[in-house]
Amino acid sequence: MTKKKKVLILGSGPNRIGQGIEFDYCCVHASLAAKEEGYESIMVNCNPETVSTDYDTSDRLYFEPITLEDILNIVRLEEPAGVILQFGGQTPLRLALALRKAGAKVLGTTPEAIDIAEDRKKFSQLLRRLNLKQPAGATARSTRQALTVASKLGYPVLVRPSYVLGGRAMEIVYDRTALQHFIKRAIEVSPHHPVLIDQFLEDTIEVDVDALCDGRTCVIGGIMEHIEEAGIHSGDSAMVLPPYSLDSRLVSAIKETTKSLALSLGVIGLLNIQCAVKNGEIYILEVNPRASRTVPFVSKTIGRPLAKLATKIMLGKTLEDLKFTAEVEVPYFAVKESVFPFNRFPGVDALLGPEMKSTGEVIGLDVNFGLAYAKSQLAAGQFLPLSGSVFLSVKDKDKPALLPLAIEFSKLGFKIIATRGTAHFLARHGIRSEIVHKVYEGERPNVADFIRNNLIQLIINTSSGMRPKKDTLSIRSLAVSRSIPLITTIPGAMASLMAIKALREREIQVYEIHECYRKINFS
Amino acid sequence: MPRRADLKKIMLLGSGPIIIGQACEFDYSGAQACKALKEEGYEIVLVNSNPATIMTDPEMADKIYLEPLVPEIVAKIIERERPQALLPTLGGQTALNLASQLYEQGVLQKYQVELIGADYQAIKKGEDRQLFKEAITEIGYRVPESGTAHNLKQAIKIATTIGFPVIIRPAYTLGGTGSAVAYNVEEFKELAEIGLKASLTNEILIEESVLGWKEYELEVMRDLKDNVVIICSIENFDPMGVHTGDSITVAPVQTLTDKEYQKMRDAAIAIIRKIGVATGGSNIQFAVNPENGQMVVIEMNPRVSRSSALASKATGFPIAKIATKLAVGYTLDEIPNDITKKTPSYFEPTIDYCVVKIPKFNFEKFPGAVPQLGTSMKSVGEVMAIGRNFKEALQKALRSLEERFSGLEDIKLEWPVEQGLKVANPQRLFYIREALRQGKSIEEVYQLCNIDRWFLANIEEIVRLEKKLKKAKGKPLSFAMLKQAKEFGFSDKQLAWLTGCPELQISKLREKYGLQAQYKCVDTCAGEFVAETPYFYSTYEYSEITTARQ
Amino acid sequence: MKGHLVVEDGTIYTGKIFGARAVRYGELIFNTSMTGYQEILFDPSYKGQILAMTYPLIGNYGVNTEDCESERIHLEGFVVREKSRIYSNWRAQKSLEELFKEQKVVGLEGVDTRKITETIREFGALKAGIFPGNRDKREMVTLVQKSPSLVGRDIVSRVIKSEAYTWQNFGKYKVVVLDCGVKYNILRLLARLNLKVVVYPATAPWQEIEKEEPDGILISNGPGDPEPLKTVVSTVSNLVGRHPVFGICLGHQILGQVFGGKTYKLKFGHHGANHPVKDLTTGRIYITVQNHGFCVDQRTLDETEIEITHTNLNDGTLEGMAHKKWPIFSVQFHPEDAPGPRDTEYLFTKFYTLIENAQES
Repeated sequence: MTKKKKVLILGSGPNRIGQGIEFDYCCVHASLAAKEEGYESIMVNCNPETVSTDYDTSDRLYFEPITLEDILNIVRLEEPAGVILQFGGQTPLRLALALRKAGAKVLGTTPEAIDIAEDRKKFSQLLRRLNLKQPAGATARSTRQALTVASKLGYPVLVRPSYVLGGRAMEIVYDRTALQHFIKRAIEVSPHHPVLIDQFLEDTIEVDVDALCDGRTCVIGGIMEHIEEAGIHSGDSAMVLPPYSLDSRLVSAIKETTKSLALSLGVIGLLNIQCAVKNGEIYILEVNPRASRTVPFVSKTIGRPLAKLATKIMLGKTLEDLKFTAEVEVPYFAVKESVFPFNRFPGVDALLGPEMKSTGEVIGLDVNFGLAYAKSQLAAGQFLPLSGSVFLSVKDKDKPALLPLAIEFSKLGFKIIATRGTAHFLARHGIRSEIVHKVYEGERPNVADFIRNNLIQLIINTSSGMRPKKDTLSIRSLAVSRSIPLITTIPGAMASLMAIKALREREIQVYEIHECYRKINFS
Repeated sequence: MPRRADLKKIMLLGSGPIIIGQACEFDYSGAQACKALKEEGYEIVLVNSNPATIMTDPEMADKIYLEPLVPEIVAKIIERERPQALLPTLGGQTALNLASQLYEQGVLQKYQVELIGADYQAIKKGEDRQLFKEAITEIGYRVPESGTAHNLKQAIKIATTIGFPVIIRPAYTLGGTGSAVAYNVEEFKELAEIGLKASLTNEILIEESVLGWKEYELEVMRDLKDNVVIICSIENFDPMGVHTGDSITVAPVQTLTDKEYQKMRDAAIAIIRKIGVATGGSNIQFAVNPENGQMVVIEMNPRVSRSSALASKATGFPIAKIATKLAVGYTLDEIPNDITKKTPSYFEPTIDYCVVKIPKFNFEKFPGAVPQLGTSMKSVGEVMAIGRNFKEALQKALRSLEERFSGLEDIKLEWPVEQGLKVANPQRLFYIREALRQGKSIEEVYQLCNIDRWFLANIEEIVRLEKKLKKAKGKPLSFAMLKQAKEFGFSDKQLAWLTGCPELQISKLREKYGLQAQYKCVDTCAGEFVAETPYFYSTYEYSEITTARQ
Repeated sequence: MKGHLVVEDGTIYTGKIFGARAVRYGELIFNTSMTGYQEILFDPSYKGQILAMTYPLIGNYGVNTEDCESERIHLEGFVVREKSRIYSNWRAQKSLEELFKEQKVVGLEGVDTRKITETIREFGALKAGIFPGNRDKREMVTLVQKSPSLVGRDIVSRVIKSEAYTWQNFGKYKVVVLDCGVKYNILRLLARLNLKVVVYPATAPWQEIEKEEPDGILISNGPGDPEPLKTVVSTVSNLVGRHPVFGICLGHQILGQVFGGKTYKLKFGHHGANHPVKDLTTGRIYITVQNHGFCVDQRTLDETEIEITHTNLNDGTLEGMAHKKWPIFSVQFHPEDAPGPRDTEYLFTKFYTLIENAQES
């Protein structure tokens, strides 16, 4: 045993959808930061694939399960000056109270503060105090309660269990029958905690914010605008830093909101906030006073290692000490896109929803937003076509927004193929398209035939809110198995259009990251 | 041989986003590679589209490009940076495929970039099923009967000649995408189509099925002086038919005699030489017929892989780091062993513990997906556990998974027991437990699942003890029972549930009896040399050691 | 039944006895091989030793009649962490426990073999004893301390057959194996090369061996300290110069003494299947299996006659030598493997070549 003071870092366990390499990245950085601050870093994790379990990363490595028994054994042996639970996702957080009870010093934001964020009642109280809006909602512990709550709020509602990660069993529910089904699932997943039922706000823009707080000051790390419709789990969403369509007043308001939340919760370390913007109003969806999935993406984009900084704050430094007192402005766009494992599960619907399904992410960096988006698609294996035919089939609500897109695609020389409803709508506005039969209509050739015959290069298909019909399911499965880019949201379609235009008009440049960072004005 | 001084700038390709079959093991190996190259004073150019990686941290490389891993973009980067060499063996299949494409498109030749770590021919021989088969047969080993097809007609002809069941393996894919088993012609037609599409080269290998045979893997390393060593041997708990990424695996091998093991070792050495992996690591998979010991070669990955990350963590031998140094000209005897600091890296690690790896699945995220395991990988992650015996390591691994159980416990089983044994699925361990609990014999269970009897016997030991523990409910646990329970890997939580005693009380009892967790070191040499590695695992191995001095 | 491993420094490891129930004394060493316990058990070189396996799970694949390296188990005691409850392998014929009972060998399980290894690593190979049942601790330690050490004892005669025998009676040339505790695989590998193989006890007078008209002589491995084996050294010194000679392990140590070398005891010896040895003549390196507690001091060899051919990469000890003029060479490691890597089996072919060349000239 050495003389240095020790910091014990709990890892994130095995990779899974919703808790993977992003958290391991944070844990590794925590270890490096602790070492930089003169502590002996001790890592505990049971995942053989990660950098955190490389014995070179920390001063000491325990390859152990992250359970109360195993961690307590180590705590008793090592007697660390502090334990870091914030970077391993949900896994170590579950042990917070028990560890503290056993005498371990938990560093950073207190378990109580984390609890406020997860406990619906406490959270609502906090938001009311700060004069912040959230979607209306309540908790339920049984199906009956749930039905009552939902009918009061009005459908659609968002159902989610608390204390889970990755949106596990989270669902947008459009009617009673569906609610009964999904409530059961939600209760199963997190049996000791109530299920949250919120009004689901449609047609909003969702925003993720990562920030650092040392108890006195809060500085924004990055603000990310989702390029997906609301309701898609943020882990699955494409997003862009900095925001590309929000007006600056809203962005300022979001920053102020973040800061006041951070300070009232007493965040020491990282904070992640998810909010929805509708008609100029900001609604808070989720607050996570811990490392989030987006931390590495933000850190790489702004050129500052947020997890390391957070660790140093937890070990007593201030943002002033760390010279991180102002938000970093970047002179380029960084788009994060997710990748999905649908090709491993043939027949499973490739539709995104509030439960996270992606396994990983890629980044697209460019000074031009269209190119940044194009790169992100390229990196994710979605090869956007520069010409050919685009298949359009959208739900009624999306038809108006589709119109300008269809016009642009036409202008770019794309042939438009559409299902009957969409085609008629476009025709009414002077856009020609070839009508193709839906599969269930029975007539041939239908959409599936077109896809199989390589007559379609790009698919824009938004579903009706409920569980999609078999038709749309098969279209999407085919697209996935044939690697035809499949866009399921209007914002995604818009971004794709910008990307295609940019690809046709400009040449792709490559950017070296250190050069990028040099261009950033670090205050 | 000193490191190559003619190379100044080396380009490293990452593996891109995390997907099933290619996950963060490549961030681990990529990060190790960067460290190794930096140590040697090379300038590093790194390309990876995944920002959630340690290897793309600004300190890791001199030039970092967070750009798409596609030939057009990487060609631009090569044009800009003009590296002398490209190291593609640490970025999984993505990097290897990318390097092949760059080679085929003439980009590497145009900018005079040398492929190091593996050359194009070796990549082809290792990944192209037909070439691989020819190479293996040439050195006198057997691969399962097979034929290659580029279209459905050819495929059907081959399948009917070999006879069903057959395995379909697309060439140039990763994690076995598109791989499947077909039991009849109808099924075959459908699966063959999918396989042809999944392959970058529209090529599938149709293979005689060796389903039910025991599956093994060896992690091998070779340097440019043709020295070859085995780093780790792995035995798959799940027999042939389940992708190694989806199998429960154990290190080292448990049920091979020395003669059988040496036969396999000789084959692995001959294979890595024949395929021509000039320097670096490879993963070679074998199948052994449990009835007569017949051995066939299944496949080879001429690069660092998921298994090498596992092998590195299981033995303490940093495969990726050493592979990188080998790629720049060192030989194994020239690289010191980081652990002992006094001996060279030219040796074969020996371990004095048992390692179990269990994959993690997320089937519940994909309603409609059948939780059945086959040749196409479906797991999203894995855990590893180290113990002083198989039972301890197994139960430790189970509680590491962060599911509802904290060991081999009672869980809700959806299928009838027989089906759960016959059809590979994520809960199979629990079906085995249930079958043994119900009184089925090891032999009966074996006939249904083909998992080696040795593993089944170990599980039976756990089941027996569980029964005894349950019987002792209400009474305080004796020292002997608690000691055995801990040595068999039962967690305090499990014991609490079994005996009706609160978890905290169990741990207090353990304290009273002196049954505390001990920590032992992972040191690549089973204690033969003093180790400098700060890498530990816990075990509840209890040893009565006393002294009597004069 | 309870049992104890008692070490001369006073440490007592308590475990469970399996196999025979008897008291045995021996030098405590460890072996790091992960496979091959059967071959190791039947290796006569372990006579006088109590062997602890570092690998904790032993007996998994049972035992069979084909993998025996000699007639019976010679070691004094076998210490393991966990003896497998069942065995599983298509060639297995019986369990480890059954074998031990048959052969009256004493086994001890349930002890912390890693601690044992670390102790040996630190303090060297110590004297030890295995005692079944309950006994007074001080008494056991005293008995162990009084037990004989390996140093200075000739135990070769305890393991070899006293009569000569033929292993294979057909072949192009004839090799006489000087049996000091020979492992059968040496004989098998020679036989496979189409050589007649006749085995003579190492204690046989050199004239008797000459009468056999050998085309080559192989001096085998064996147990214990090579230094007291003066008669064998003398026999061999009369045979060198007349025939090609190949020495393995103890045989190499005998040859070393023939050419003026001195042997010494290593701290705890090399016992495992992963030792790197460099062939200095070619620069090639091999993974070898080793089992020796004594070594030839290369500084004491006559440089004018002997060339150092192999060295251990871990600790620089002598692993092989060859005579500069005569067709004589020897290695400290085990090219006959069984168990272990087969990378150095080519040395048998080398021996054959020396024999053939000698015949032709």
